[in-house]
Amino acid sequence: MDTSEAPNPSRYEISENPEGGITLNVHGNMDAANASQMIDELTDLLSDYSLSSLTVDLEKVDHLDDFGTLVLAHLRKMVTNAKDGFYVINSSDKIKELLSILHFDSLDEKRSIEKKRSSNLFIRIGEATLRHISDLKYAISFIGSIILSLAHICLHPKSLRSEDTIRYMQRVGVDGLPIVALISFLMGLIMAFMSSVQLEQFGANIYVASLVSLAMTRELGPIMTAIIVAGRSGSAFAAEIGTMKISEEVDALFTMGFNPVMFLVVPKLVAAAVMVPILTLFSDLFAIMGGLLVGVFMLDLTAGAYMAQTIKTLELFDVFWGVLKGGIFGVLITWIGCFRGFQVRGGAASVGQATTSAVVSSIFLIILCDSVFSVILRYWG
Amino acid sequence: MGRKAIIRVKDLRAGYGEDIILDHVSFNVYEGEVFVILGGSGCGKSTLLKAIIGLIEPRSGKITIDGDEVSVDDEMTLQKILRKVGVLYQGAALFGSMTIAENVALPIREYTSLPKESVDVLVKMKLGLVNLGGYENHLPSELSGGMKKRAGLARAMALNPKILFFDEPSAGLDPVTSAELDDLILYLNRSLGTTMVIVTHELQSIFAVAQRIIMLDKRAKGIIAEGNPKYLRDHSQNQFVKQFFDRQAGVKSVDSRGPQ
Repeated sequence: MDTSEAPNPSRYEISENPEGGITLNVHGNMDAANASQMIDELTDLLSDYSLSSLTVDLEKVDHLDDFGTLVLAHLRKMVTNAKDGFYVINSSDKIKELLSILHFDSLDEKRSIEKKRSSNLFIRIGEATLRHISDLKYAISFIGSIILSLAHICLHPKSLRSEDTIRYMQRVGVDGLPIVALISFLMGLIMAFMSSVQLEQFGANIYVASLVSLAMTRELGPIMTAIIVAGRSGSAFAAEIGTMKISEEVDALFTMGFNPVMFLVVPKLVAAAVMVPILTLFSDLFAIMGGLLVGVFMLDLTAGAYMAQTIKTLELFDVFWGVLKGGIFGVLITWIGCFRGFQVRGGAASVGQATTSAVVSSIFLIILCDSVFSVILRYWG
Repeated sequence: MGRKAIIRVKDLRAGYGEDIILDHVSFNVYEGEVFVILGGSGCGKSTLLKAIIGLIEPRSGKITIDGDEVSVDDEMTLQKILRKVGVLYQGAALFGSMTIAENVALPIREYTSLPKESVDVLVKMKLGLVNLGGYENHLPSELSGGMKKRAGLARAMALNPKILFFDEPSAGLDPVTSAELDDLILYLNRSLGTTMVIVTHELQSIFAVAQRIIMLDKRAKGIIAEGNPKYLRDHSQNQFVKQFFDRQAGVKSVDSRGPQ
């Protein structure tokens, strides 16, 4: 429709028949452009009459569409005796055809669109349970195929797609380094700052170094790194595989004889398992630097004393433990991200969902896993 | 028919969830023929195609390709079968992160031990065959729909499969490009003897390329007609087959909506 043109104003002529009925002559168009205006105007105009019978003369109407039909239906509703008090006369063949296609005669009976009734609570609980069980089954078989692919790679190292692996290493590791470094640096800074407020009261400033280094290498370094990687790369994995699934690229891989898990998951898994521990090390390093900055400029410690205390506190095991956790988190993130990607069905919305749930599930699993590790270490170490 | 059946489908039943889409479907595809699976939207054409190439597991029934039974669980046999098969997907399914040449080279590098230079030459030949010479270093996103399809075709026939499957090759193409693709299909069929299995509902394509067709129907959940398309058009007694070939709407509908 040409919107630049002003809507053709319809005009109305109302005449009273000797028998008491009312005839309404409409001039001009009855269409989407002026339907709502017409309904308002006609309601006003006709409110002065008692409408026992209304005849609408469409002789001068050149164009009527489904919006115009709505106006007619509205008029019919205003007539008190709708059954045989409402007539449409002199309509052209075109209009007649349209009215019959739109089922004008029975329009009032099916007025509103019925919303799909949601099923009852028990059915929904049952369906959700079944869905989760099948999710779980798929998740387990997915782990199985990852393990098989990894075993295959161990036996035939050449079948690893090394180019892809290196590309993912760059994306997960090198590209993620600046943000990991910055956040860890700030974490170290904040921790040192907050703890110094308390420790200063006891003149125990030097223990800021112990606190920052121990907390970061054992717990916060791996967790922060993993959360950043989950947000950056876990989501990217899910979106990438999900989109490939939608555009049938995963099917194409399969029919070309490639194992989609081997092709798509293993390079990401290897890359994450190698790069997340390295990122964790960087995270430890930058956090200690953040703490050092606070120690030197606010607590009057010397850099040498701070570093000496750090080295005295840290054992090799602490660093190793953190790095190991980083590696396990990396594997978890990749597994969840790829798993959610493969679950994508349908369209773009599903990719969005997969991405969201990849990040949320990874962060949840990272924290859960970390608590399990803490318990293990407490009783075992 | 004296020719050897290369694909045998027997009593196939397939569906998703609780819906059975195909039931009691049996047919053969013979070596070297251009075979078209056609039918209205939602009749199970794509499902049938996916079942034949092992992408979905049928509920029951038996599918054999070149003597080997297609089974989702038997990975060794499936690998052997997939080596004989190429598939052109509806959206071409080229890998977006790789150039056209890399896409075509992927299966060649995986399954042959040719040196890199030979692979490059082979890729050039394949792309030349589908008239895409000079586009080796383009990414799929830089190509038009028709070019993507042709690149997808080059990749599907990278290893000279015995059978090529096409999922709606004309979908989204203009009539000229679509006709060019049909010519290409016929040319490859003549020159390489490749068996072609095409899923489509494009009438002009069907008459241009098909030697034999089966027609599927939603209500019948299976085959309602089988044979030469021109013969079926002129002689079929089936109401739906006639409607399909005459492009009639099934129910009285608004003119502007048109046949789908």
